[in-house]
Parts: sequence; C-alpha cells; structure tokens
Amino acid sequence: MDSLPEEPRLGPKDYKSDYKPVWCPGCGDYAVLAAITKSLSELGVAREDACIVSGIGCSSRIPAYTSVYGFHGVHGRALAVATGLKIARPDLTVLCMGGDGDGFSIGGNHFLHACRRNVDLTYIVMDNQVYGMTKGQASPTTASEWSGSKLTPYGTGVSPFQPLAVALSAGANFIGRAFSGDPTMVTKLVVEAVEHPGFSFVEIMSPCVTYRPEQRGWKDVARPAPVEPTSDPAVAGKRLLSDDGFNLGTLYVGNRPPYETPIEAKASRLAKIEKGFTL
Amino acid sequence: MATKTTTKARTATKKTKTTTSSPKKTPRRRSAKTTRRSVSIALTGSGGSGVMTAGQMLLDAAAKAGWYGQMGRSSGPQIRGGEAAAFVRLSPEPVGAANNVFDVMIAFDWMNVERFADEIPLDKNSLVIGDAEAGTMPDVIAGSPARKVDVPIKELAKSIPGGRPNMVALGIVSGLIGLSEEKVAGIIEKALERKGPEAIRASTAGVKVGRKAARDLEADYRLGAGGADEYRERWNISGNEAVGLGALRAGVRFVAAYPITPATEILEWLAPNLEKVDGTLVQAEDELASINMIIGASFGGVPSLTATAGPGLALMSESIGLAVAAEIPIVVVDVQRGGPSTGIPVKSEQSDLNIAIYGLHGDAPHIVTAPTSIADCLFTTQWSVHLAEALQCPVIMLSDQSLGQSRAVVDRPPPIPFVAKREIAPEGLENYERYAITETGVSPMSIPGIRGGEYVADGLEHTPRGRPSSQAADHKAQLDKRHRKLQEHVYGPYWATIDGEGETAVVTWGSSTGPAAEAVARARAEGLNVKLVSLRLLQPAQVDRMAEVLDGVERLLVVEQSHSRQFYHYLGGHFDLPDDVKVLAQPGPLPIRPNAVFDALMNWR
Repeated sequence: MDSLPEEPRLGPKDYKSDYKPVWCPGCGDYAVLAAITKSLSELGVAREDACIVSGIGCSSRIPAYTSVYGFHGVHGRALAVATGLKIARPDLTVLCMGGDGDGFSIGGNHFLHACRRNVDLTYIVMDNQVYGMTKGQASPTTASEWSGSKLTPYGTGVSPFQPLAVALSAGANFIGRAFSGDPTMVTKLVVEAVEHPGFSFVEIMSPCVTYRPEQRGWKDVARPAPVEPTSDPAVAGKRLLSDDGFNLGTLYVGNRPPYETPIEAKASRLAKIEKGFTL
Repeated sequence: MATKTTTKARTATKKTKTTTSSPKKTPRRRSAKTTRRSVSIALTGSGGSGVMTAGQMLLDAAAKAGWYGQMGRSSGPQIRGGEAAAFVRLSPEPVGAANNVFDVMIAFDWMNVERFADEIPLDKNSLVIGDAEAGTMPDVIAGSPARKVDVPIKELAKSIPGGRPNMVALGIVSGLIGLSEEKVAGIIEKALERKGPEAIRASTAGVKVGRKAARDLEADYRLGAGGADEYRERWNISGNEAVGLGALRAGVRFVAAYPITPATEILEWLAPNLEKVDGTLVQAEDELASINMIIGASFGGVPSLTATAGPGLALMSESIGLAVAAEIPIVVVDVQRGGPSTGIPVKSEQSDLNIAIYGLHGDAPHIVTAPTSIADCLFTTQWSVHLAEALQCPVIMLSDQSLGQSRAVVDRPPPIPFVAKREIAPEGLENYERYAITETGVSPMSIPGIRGGEYVADGLEHTPRGRPSSQAADHKAQLDKRHRKLQEHVYGPYWATIDGEGETAVVTWGSSTGPAAEAVARARAEGLNVKLVSLRLLQPAQVDRMAEVLDGVERLLVVEQSHSRQFYHYLGGHFDLPDDVKVLAQPGPLPIRPNAVFDALMNWR
C-alpha cells in the first residue's frame, strides 16, 4: 500500500474534492481547507494513505471537501475514532479536525485523554468561539461577556476554556497556534505537527463572519509569537497562560515517546491459547 | 449434634432423619443408598475468607473426577471484606442451570449471609454446616427446614500450621459428595505451585481434617460416578472467557473498552491474549470513546469489538447508530446486570432486551444476538463477529452476569467455520460508490490504503457515493438498502435452538434457556410433550421461521428474567403467537429455577 517513491508528487488540487462546501462566504475555514491540501501535498502522502476524521459542526464538514479517506462521525467523538483508527492502522497518516464546541465541550474528555495517550496523530481545531451550525451560541472558548446569543443574553458568565494550556498540562506532545488569515503559517505548522511524533495539537483561529463578524479584526492582532518554541513544559505553561490568544506559531515541542502497542508480537497460535481451558 | 443458635434451629433439626447428637459418635458405615445425579453446594463467607478459591478448586477437582459442573458467584458490593458466595452444581451429565434447592450449604462464617439467603433455597433434605465459633446463624437460615450441624471449621484449621478454614470446608464438601482426596490434592498442588510446598502441605492437611469431620456428619450426598478419562476432552471456561475466545477465533484484532462489572473479565482475558495474535486492546476513557475507537479501527479494516454492561450500552447507543448509517461492522457485547441505572451491578437480569432492540434513534437496522449457555458464549460471539463483518453493521450481543461470571465444565467446543469476512472493494476503482445500491444491500467496502477507494464514511444521510444528502430519494434508497441486507441474509439454523415436538412450547432466550431446558426434560419424563425454543437471533426477527416452529403449538410458555415482560412484548410485537400464552417473568437477582418453569408447565391454569 506504500506509494512508490518515483511517482510524481501530487499538487494541492489533487487533494481537493469536487464537492462544494456548506460554509458561508468569508468563512475562515476555506483558507484552512486550502492550507490542509497544501500540507498534504508538501508531506507527499498518498491519498489512499491519509485520513481526515471529524465530528459535527461547520468545520467538521471538511473531510468531504478533500479527496483522501474521511470519517464524519457523531458530535464530539472524532478523537476517539481517530485514536482507534491510528492504533489499528499505524501505517496511515491520521488528521483529526473540528471546531471548538466539538473538541472542547461535548468532546472535552476525549481531548484530555488524547493528549495524555499521545497517539501519533494531529488534531486541528478551527476555533471561532461560537457554535455556527446551530446558529450562533456561545462555545467553551467564547469570552464570558459575549452577549450575542439568545441563549446567553447577559453573556455566559463563565471563563473561557484555555485549549493550549489544557493540552500542555494533559500531555500533548506538540502545541501550535495559527490564524486562517495567514495560510502559509497554517501550512507550515500543520506539516510540522504531522511530522512530529505523538499527539500534536494545532489551534487555528478561524473567524466566523456570520455570527462573530468582529472576528474580522483578528487580522490586526494576530502575530508570530515573539519567542522561540520551547521544550520546557514549565516555560510553555507560563507563556500559554499569560498570552492573549494571538501568539502564533509553534509554541511547545515535547519529546515524550508516542503511544505504542507491543511491536514484537509474542506470535502464538490460537490452539496454544485454547490449551489454557483444558482440564 | 446441636447447632448453636436459636430454638427455631433446634426444632428444625429435630425434623430431619439423620440428626445425630454428638460429634464423637463413631461414624456409621455409609448406607448403600443410590447415588445422586446432581448435587448443589453453596459455599459462603465474608470476602477474603477464600470462598471463591474453595469453590473453584471444588469445580476443578470434580472436573478431574469426570463430573460436569458449573459455579456461579454472588458477592456484595464491597471491594474487600464483603459477603461472598460460590454456588457449585455438579453432575455426571452436563449442567445448564442452577438447581431448585441446595443440598449442602457450608458457611465459613455468618457475616451478612442473610443478604444471600434468598439465593440459597433449602429444604428438609438440605444440610447446613456452620461454625458456632464464627458467629450466630441468622434466623433466616435457622428457620429453614434444613438439617443444621455445627463443625468447628476455624478450630480445625487452627490445628494445622498455616491451615485455612476454606480448605477444611473443601475437605468437608469433597468428603460428603464422594470426591476423591487424590483429585482434590492434585488440584491444590497445581493451584498452589507458586506458593511453595509449605502452602500445599497446609492445604492438603486442611482437606484431610475436613474429610474426617465429614465422616462424622453421617450425611450422604454422594454423586454418581462421572466418566473416567473423558475429562481430557472437556474445558473449564467462564462465559466471559468464552466471549473473548470467540472474538479471537472470529478474527477480532482490536478491542477498546471501559471497565464495568460484570463485563471486565472479558477484557482482562483478551488483553494478554490479543497481544499473542498481533491484536490490540485499549482501555478507553469512557464508553463513548470505546465505541468510537472500535468504529475507527473497523473503518480501518480491522475486525473490532467492545464489551460493556447496561449503563455502557446506554452511553454507546448514539454511536451504534453511526455504525448503522456509516455501515461499519462492530460487535458490542452487553453482559447484562440488574437495572435500570446503576441497579445491581453484581447480579444478573435479562432487562436490556428493549434497549438492545429498540434503543437506537432513527430507523436503524442492526443485529441483536444472545448466547444460550456459558459454552454458547463462544459460538454466539464468533457468529456475531461473522454477521457484523458480512453485513457491515453493528451487532449487539446480550450475555448476562450469570453466564459471564459463571464457570462451567463443558465438552470441548468444536471448531466452527464462522470468521470475519468482509466484502472488500478492489484496488483501482474509478468513481467508487461506497454505498452503492446492490441487490443484497451489501456494498463492497473500501478501506484506507486501497487506491481509488477513497470515500468519506458518514453519519449524515448520503448518496451512494457517500456525499451528504437530505433528499427523500437518497434517504429512502439507503434506508431500504440497510434494511434489506439484514432481511435478505440467510442466517441458517443458528437463529434458534429448537428441541422436541408438542402442542405445548416453551419460548425463552439467553440464560433462561438452561433452567427451561431442565424443566422441559422433567415435563417430558412426566409424559408431557413440550417443544423448547430458545432464540439466538433476536433481531432481525425471523418471522417466517418462527411461524413454522409455532405451527401446531396450542399453548406457549414464555420464560424470561425481567420485571416488565420485555421478551413477551417483543414476541408479541414480532410473531403470531397462539391464543393461550402464559408468561413466567421474574426480575433478577434470583435466577429462574427449573421448578418454576416445571410448575408453570404442569399446572397450566
């Protein structure tokens, strides 16, 4: 199933499907889709050897817009599907993608455990701090005072979730942040994340122009982090907890060995196992 | 000898025939009374007193003596120090159910035994052995018609360096039932090999002392001889282990699960054994994760399974629907326990039938199977994996605590041909349609790595190509296809176990099959022609075949372990039943006993 080395590398367009996205005009996710197809091309992974797994939400629609294998499951469980797939098929390149509600609210427990399990896959969250598909409710990353939803007319009154800091403390092996307005950086970061062993987490700030039009202003505040990436969790923790959410780039590169299943099977025949039941 | 304890106990003791007055009395020669065809023994005591070890050794030694048997277990909710009971039934013939009464009950101590009392029916022929030094016999036992005797189990154990009461008890029981000392010693040697010669010596001496005490009891519970060397062709296996083995035999190579009573032993058995055949087990963070992990692994082409109990099945139901829609083969084993909610985790009930059959949202055709015995857990698991893979759909298999956590001595299960065999799409296709509308309803499935077969598996309704669609025609076509593939499949004779002919039929399922079969055999011996039907395939309901089976049946007895008559309502909802239907439905944790079924059959109205 490995692609032959002499085959010509596929271009970004070869990773696109002919299916039209449901996204609104101006949605940040278009740029993320373009960056993903570009990353796959740069990685040189064969279409049949890559799989994008997602849950439910606007951004979770992304597998259908690519030409690799895809899995569009139920709300919040994408990381579990991706984990099972990667452990059963370690030969595949597995990307798990979705939004902030899917990943940090309904799927929050899987996020914690995927970070600590450290299976060699890449989790990309398109964070727009809102539930777009259900028409504009607060998400776990929404600022507490945002009052734009009928559900929470006085704001949520709840502190927003800190995905990167949580990922770090839960044990993610690679942490980065990008902005959909800078697709070159998204591509670079995704390539780096996929190539890094273990569980890599990339948050992509991806504006929702329909329910959070003010997010168009993110382009004025997002900037490359003024520091070099660190491998020291204590340093990374301090930075992640004190930044304003717009420091972009690779922020933490860990060196924990990825989750592994026993490589050398104790190859045994079933008959031998069954012997255990004889009297 | 008199029991310590209450007046009630003494009164009851007087009634029995073999009451003796003093432990010092010279033992009489055993009478030439005919031996038994079955003997049931309850060993009880507080947790940590070695009840389960003694029960296990009794079953193992009896197996070596050529007897069949089974051992059920009952325990309190405490992790350590609670009450525990091992229920052992032995017979020269295969054992499929717990018997109506216990012949011998031996209590290592009396701590909280009353909590089990209703699980230990006793009659005037029963013998209760207790130790006056280990507490007061509870009224509920003392008031039973059983003969009660006092044996200083603790003191006898103390007379041996390193002696333990449970080995003395094992000695007493083995002596009473005529199980040879040599067989017991052989098992002790094997079981305690790692603990060293001192431990073996102490245990063997304990058994010897116990056997001597048994001789003084003037009681005879000797069991008819078993086959001499036939044990070599037999296995000692629990239902949960049989599920694990069935999964391996069928080709399951990925398991993800969350620990839950009473299913955990399936995982504990599978973890080391999967590894030996190149498979993997992942302990997931919750049941939502485990079901989705196996869906991911199976999407990747690896036959996958999870095991859980009712609460876990409830959590999984949304994603089982995903496997229906995306047509991913998976097997979910539900080892049922008392419900609803946390219910009675350590005890059995057949009350997850409704959620297994009706619990998915939307029109979601899937398969529901149920093993009919401890040994059948192997067959039904293997068959379930085969069906899931052949039909690209989820299978829910309903085992239960009484099958899963009981061990049985059974004939070596024959190899069966069912393995995971999925129809895979060939390499190099163009415009591949994952959900193509086919005659059988099964569409060739591509798996990652196959060039040209790239597609998106989707829980959204989709076109044959796998693209999301909310159009009526696509919905109808896919609903039809998913329904058709289950309806058209030829399930063969395995859908039910059908035995005998008659105008009266007993219809049952799962762990109720054992007691029903025993009752039917007795009813036949009394001249009543009875047909026994136990369903292994609950969904899709085999309507035509059931009609054939029920042709000519005038009276139907439904036997199930649920309070709301779930199985009866299921039968009524799917099949044409005769007018005269009687229902024997009883919730857990008490098992259905053969007598209850027999009485229902013999006293129809």
